[in-house]
Amino acid sequence: MAVKRALASAVLAAALAATAPGLHAVEHQPAGEDLMTIDGEVGTSGGALVVAARGEPKTLNPLVALDAQSRDVIWRTQADLIHINRETQRTEPALAASWTVSPDGLHYVLRLRRGVRFSDGHVFDADDVVFSFGAYLDERLHSPQRDLLLIGGKPIAVRKIDAGTVAVDLPAPYAAAERIFDSVAMLPRHRLDGAWKDGSLAAAWGIATPPGDVAGLGPFRVERIRPGEDIVLAKNPYYWKQDRARTRLPYLDRVTFLVVPSEEAQVIRLRAGEVDVLNRVSAQHAAALDRDQKASSFVLQDLGPGLEYHFLFFNQNDPAPSSVKPKQAWFGDERFRRAISLAIDRASLVRLAYSGRGTPLWGPVTPGNRLWANAEIARTPPSLDAARKLLAEAGFVRHADGALADRGGTPVAFSILVGAGNAALNGMAAIIQDDLKRLGIGVQIASLDFNAVLARVFESHDYDACLLRLVDGDVDPTPAMNVWLSSGPTHLWHPSQAKPSTPWEAEIDRLMQQQMTTLDGGERKRLYDRVQAVVADKLPLVPLVSPNIVVAAKRGLGNFRPAVLEHYTLWNVEQLFWRTTGRSGR
Amino acid sequence: MTPTIRTAMGVGAVYAIVLGAALLSPYDPATQHRDRPLAPPTRVHVVDRDGRVHLRPFVYADDESGPTYPVRFFAHEVDEDGSIGSRRLLAVDPPAHIFLAGTDELGRDQFSRLLYGGRISLGAGVLAGALALTIGLLLGCVAGFFGGWIDAAVMAASDLFMALPWLYLLLAIRAALPLDVSPGRALASVVIVIGIAGWARPARLIRSVVLSARTRDYVTAAAASGASRARLMLAHVLPEAFSVALTQASILVPQYTLAEITLSFFGLGVGEPTPSWGTMINAMLRQELSAAHWWLAAPAAALVVVSLLYHAAADALHQRSQVLPAGAWR
Repeated sequence: MAVKRALASAVLAAALAATAPGLHAVEHQPAGEDLMTIDGEVGTSGGALVVAARGEPKTLNPLVALDAQSRDVIWRTQADLIHINRETQRTEPALAASWTVSPDGLHYVLRLRRGVRFSDGHVFDADDVVFSFGAYLDERLHSPQRDLLLIGGKPIAVRKIDAGTVAVDLPAPYAAAERIFDSVAMLPRHRLDGAWKDGSLAAAWGIATPPGDVAGLGPFRVERIRPGEDIVLAKNPYYWKQDRARTRLPYLDRVTFLVVPSEEAQVIRLRAGEVDVLNRVSAQHAAALDRDQKASSFVLQDLGPGLEYHFLFFNQNDPAPSSVKPKQAWFGDERFRRAISLAIDRASLVRLAYSGRGTPLWGPVTPGNRLWANAEIARTPPSLDAARKLLAEAGFVRHADGALADRGGTPVAFSILVGAGNAALNGMAAIIQDDLKRLGIGVQIASLDFNAVLARVFESHDYDACLLRLVDGDVDPTPAMNVWLSSGPTHLWHPSQAKPSTPWEAEIDRLMQQQMTTLDGGERKRLYDRVQAVVADKLPLVPLVSPNIVVAAKRGLGNFRPAVLEHYTLWNVEQLFWRTTGRSGR
Repeated sequence: MTPTIRTAMGVGAVYAIVLGAALLSPYDPATQHRDRPLAPPTRVHVVDRDGRVHLRPFVYADDESGPTYPVRFFAHEVDEDGSIGSRRLLAVDPPAHIFLAGTDELGRDQFSRLLYGGRISLGAGVLAGALALTIGLLLGCVAGFFGGWIDAAVMAASDLFMALPWLYLLLAIRAALPLDVSPGRALASVVIVIGIAGWARPARLIRSVVLSARTRDYVTAAAASGASRARLMLAHVLPEAFSVALTQASILVPQYTLAEITLSFFGLGVGEPTPSWGTMINAMLRQELSAAHWWLAAPAAALVVVSLLYHAAADALHQRSQVLPAGAWR
């Protein structure tokens, strides 16, 4: 399978250049520079954008950044070789202008974009690529990206062919190989090589580093950091993308991340016009903003479900603490789990716990994942009668007082563990408690500190059932392997099994391994559809709701096309522009 | 009527209301009216849209163009599915509702939850206050009366307890409790921990009162005339400590009520669906900032009223203890 991209866009750029010679293009594009032309509305340069941030970034170093605030800033200032387009959810050329794959899928050759420079003016070439992958794969740095660059536990190998070409060898066939290049920032060797050699690379580019010492390939560069207040990014004059009119991007002169810790305060700042973009608005605040957006200067956009899914699961660990053990006969019975799922009124969950800004789920992949969600999964409406019938089949008996008991006469009661901080999950717990009361099942809600929840789920296994949420890292199924493989550490209901404890878990294991190495896209989809069907049938996780992604922005922001993949609003920051040039200088 | 009696009646009225929750509340506090989330308070009318005056107050079901539903007093509640519930002070027939303070995000009657929640929050305050005062009175008297190493030991222990970060202690204890702990046991554990953590302050105060009372002339005189230690303690010293203890109670009980509310606010008090003012205030804050759902602030308003009442009571008791001669409580 050979993939060649970017040719089409290069041709398009040439055609446009002939008909509409841009005024800036001539002065900005030195000979030999291979700018990437992107679609979208042609905008006007200038102006500033203010984005609300929950906190300040902990680091500017892409190798070690874990927190959302750091990554938000880093991904406006850095770039990767092959990028996942947040809108189409597919890969597209970035710093690699094109690439070829060997027929066995093991060898990639990437041709780098010509004439690209870092934000400090230094030329970017294959040495930087080799250096960057070396750093990400360095075990001493504990980079969060390192795991993604291992295939079957072995690292990928990156070699320089010439200054403009690199070869990447995979240790095993990997269907989603193109996608692993996303979010692996290419680093300037001339600035970081010394730190790597003397072992201080992990500590490099901290928040106190003079902004001039940090360089990247993203649309912006860090101009100023005021701890606890704001981070100001300025336009990168060497950025490698242009619009259809051959104007070099980005349009905006400045992007400011204003630190506003609470969501309430962020909403107030948006209303007051002090902030232009909110990257995520919770359902409750969305309801309030929705009411007065007509008269206001901002727009609210509900993008529908993202990749986040909320679900209930039962403790199926073996061994389990003695307090849980007697209940596991129920939890392990798929008819019991199906009855629970049938009793839960998902429409009420969405309406009450998410103020209507959510999507009910019956399978583990949300409709927000357009390429991979299995559309065939039945959306069974809630039915207490069907649930009672299933429970009777499984030997449960309903007493005269309405309470449900198992074959041995033990009343059916369990606790649901939920993180105290999450309002929507706590609301769901109260609704589920009420729904299950109708089946005669007594539910206690145990609302604990989130770390205590994680400790019980992953370490002590001391819980009955738990409401939790997961966010898939990518639309592709492979990063979700640690949830679905029975040996996976995030196989929540029974993590890290030595061998699959049920036949259907064995089937999921087989399907997931198969999809990872199958290169044919259609076949992979069939395999993953089957995984979703098995999960929807056996319900190790009872899928409930996917919250909608709601964002808000000031009116008049051109090319504002928020997507359901992170970063929702600024993924195309280089294209954003103000339709009216009223704002500037901030 | 003295200020003491006036304020005591005020406080008593609040407790009488929350204790009568089962009768006074129109609904079960856990019932979810799922088609009525965040409904504003129901308007109770006496004049209908045609201008006629009704002797019996009534409500409308959805809009004010439909039929009227009279408010029935001391009547049985009728559920939406037609089943007959328990007797309530106020009831209306379905499909109409009587939500005197609106509903929360799950469609639960806020007024009923306020009353039932008050029972938990105010009850926890009283029980914890009683526990702390009992321990404090006992240890304070012992320390003040006997002095010496007993005094030193009790005071050292009180220092330790006052230095405890009790909120974190409570968080830790709650995390260590089994998950399927019933609301009653969760409440008991909260009460016990607050009470035990809080004995030190009243103990120190009472110790100082006992210490000064012990050297008063009339106590010395009683000791000289052969009164036993127990008699000195019970008849002469304790009465003086008692008035201080009562003033302390009026300060501690609202403080411990607030402690329960704080814990529930953090989701660490009694669990759903049992209401507490803390969980209700949390639910209020989960909603947006605008005043659109003002009725969710009812528990906060109730808390302000209760705090003011207690403040007035503490004031009155303090003044009384200043005015009256020692021993007037006998």
